[in-house]
Amino acid sequence: MSPLSGYLLVSAMIFCIGLAGALTRRNAIMVLIGIELMLNAANLNFIAFWRFSDTPETQTGLMFALFSIAIAAAEAAVGLALIIMIYRHFRTANVDKVEDMKG
Amino acid sequence: MAEALDQFPITLKHWLMSQASGFLPEWLLVLLSFVLSISPILAVFPLLFALTTVIERKGLGRIQNRIGPNRVGIPLTNIRLAGFGQFIADGIKSLIKEDLVPYAADKVVHFIAPITLLIPVLLTYSVLPFGRNMVPLDLPQTGLLFFFALGASTELSVFMAGWSSRNKYSLLGAMRAIAQMVSYEIPLILSSLTVVMITGTLSLTAIVENQASLHLGFIHGWNLFTPWGFVGFLLFLTAAAAEANRTPFDLPEAESEIIAGYFTEYSGFKFAIFFLAEYLGLFAMCGLGITLFLGGWLPPFKFLDFIPSWCWFLGKLCALIVLFIWLRGTLPRLRTDQLMGFAWKFLLPMTLINLVVAALWHLTGGAVPTTIRWVVGFALLAVPYWLLGRGFEASVGKRVYRYAA
Amino acid sequence: MTLPFAIIAGLTVGSAIAAVSLRNLVHCALSLVLTFAGLAGLYLQLNAEFIGFTQILVYVGAVSILIVFAILFTRSTEPKDEPSTVTPWIGVAVAIGTFLTMAVSILGSPVSRRAAGPMGEVSVKTLGQKLMTDYVLPLEVMALLLTAAMLGAVIIAMREKEAK
Repeated sequence: MSPLSGYLLVSAMIFCIGLAGALTRRNAIMVLIGIELMLNAANLNFIAFWRFSDTPETQTGLMFALFSIAIAAAEAAVGLALIIMIYRHFRTANVDKVEDMKG
Repeated sequence: MAEALDQFPITLKHWLMSQASGFLPEWLLVLLSFVLSISPILAVFPLLFALTTVIERKGLGRIQNRIGPNRVGIPLTNIRLAGFGQFIADGIKSLIKEDLVPYAADKVVHFIAPITLLIPVLLTYSVLPFGRNMVPLDLPQTGLLFFFALGASTELSVFMAGWSSRNKYSLLGAMRAIAQMVSYEIPLILSSLTVVMITGTLSLTAIVENQASLHLGFIHGWNLFTPWGFVGFLLFLTAAAAEANRTPFDLPEAESEIIAGYFTEYSGFKFAIFFLAEYLGLFAMCGLGITLFLGGWLPPFKFLDFIPSWCWFLGKLCALIVLFIWLRGTLPRLRTDQLMGFAWKFLLPMTLINLVVAALWHLTGGAVPTTIRWVVGFALLAVPYWLLGRGFEASVGKRVYRYAA
Repeated sequence: MTLPFAIIAGLTVGSAIAAVSLRNLVHCALSLVLTFAGLAGLYLQLNAEFIGFTQILVYVGAVSILIVFAILFTRSTEPKDEPSTVTPWIGVAVAIGTFLTMAVSILGSPVSRRAAGPMGEVSVKTLGQKLMTDYVLPLEVMALLLTAAMLGAVIIAMREKEAK
């Protein structure tokens, strides 16, 4: 197995673990943890492709990963604020119980 | 002679390596090199911690008009060593004490917490330049970032300790500690950023070498001797005291309110590890402050170059430790809201203004006479200081006693 | 594949599995931190020191703290109100299917057989200069986004005034 495919497989694995977590867990925080894992898997892909590209001097992959880390931080802050808000209203963080708009 | 003494630790390591290279295989030699680089850190700083505990108790005692520990000496003799055997007695005591874990505690997390606290703290020492050519791990691109990344990862260990104990005082202490560390990390990083802006590098060795330039022919150009460096150092020291949970920012372990904070439920050797990690964290912060602002291992004056570089580093470190002990004996503890207000309403604006002053200093270099740069720099810092200080005092207001006369 | 890579990758994947499958949410968050640290280790393996340490600073130092605070604030440590899920197997099956698809395409792709070229030291200085020249617009947008996110988070989480 070549080094790049090793990194890509690890990244794919983490992405799918995150996906499984986001799909199966019912607590909103766990869903957020799953999404964070998927974002991080994407970051790993950026860095791996950057390292194995023909022109690593351009640092494009690094830039992308840097911006993605910043976005993920903003996303986590807003997402968790929303979860705390939902908890105050519904007294639960379970996404299945937040269904007031269900027809 | 001075040169030989200055480079003594390096030559010793090379000599040991050359002795070992005769009979050791290649990979063991690499390992030996690592061990030889690490062992001085593991020997010097815990010993410094041990001595500091005694000096701190004696110093606080003097400040409070007591004598402090003066009994423990060599057993079965009358030699008392002025109480400096105390730390050995304390160490033996904490080693043989019973290790209690609360019944409801999360056993695994409770066990891991002190270890995960100590390891990042020890790792931060690896990038500090202790003397000329003496840095265990030279990261030319990311040295300072490495330090802050590891410093930030200690917050989680504090949470682990507080949460796993299943004790309200522990959890309260952990929440206080995390809120405080997160808030004061911003001024800490921003105040060190001025140095990065001026020197244009994150490498701590390069930052020290940058301060070797001479003023007036005999004063080394420490960053302290500039308007932004002077204010930056004070801001850094304040934020560092808060990061290390030192008085007046020791709310996380305010013993009169929440027993011992996040390590209330720890006893015996684990408690000693928390104690050790806290002091080592303080020393590392002081070491970083010395590296960034106080010229690292450089002497203040050129003609003092004959004293070995590592002596200067240790001397400055001891001076800062004494300063922190003095502060602990002098200042009262803040309240939580005052603490947060101080970080966000005073320290953060001051560090941002300091960044602007550092940028101005950098851009006017060479073009404008130094005196004018000094005056403008200090004016730009002093006026906001005065205004913010006034606003801060007004917001604190006069103390009103509800339950006391 | 080298030994350090194998160790770090195993640790990262294992802790990621723990992070989504443990019952106690604080344990999940702590495993997640281990995953973040493992990913930082992988970045270091890929010569991306700056991103690796940024990862530790941002994720281990800040995001994980946010997550554990949210767990404590929503009292999610008691797993009583989480009857797992109605049909966990569908989600797991979807994830495994996705993984198999990706694995087949990764192993079949000619790109994945590339070898890493020689590389000089990645200079943080050029990274910063690029941020200020080529990437200045994304940087400004990012600054705006972070400001908006901070204000938004504060306003959302601010306690509503009691209606009297």
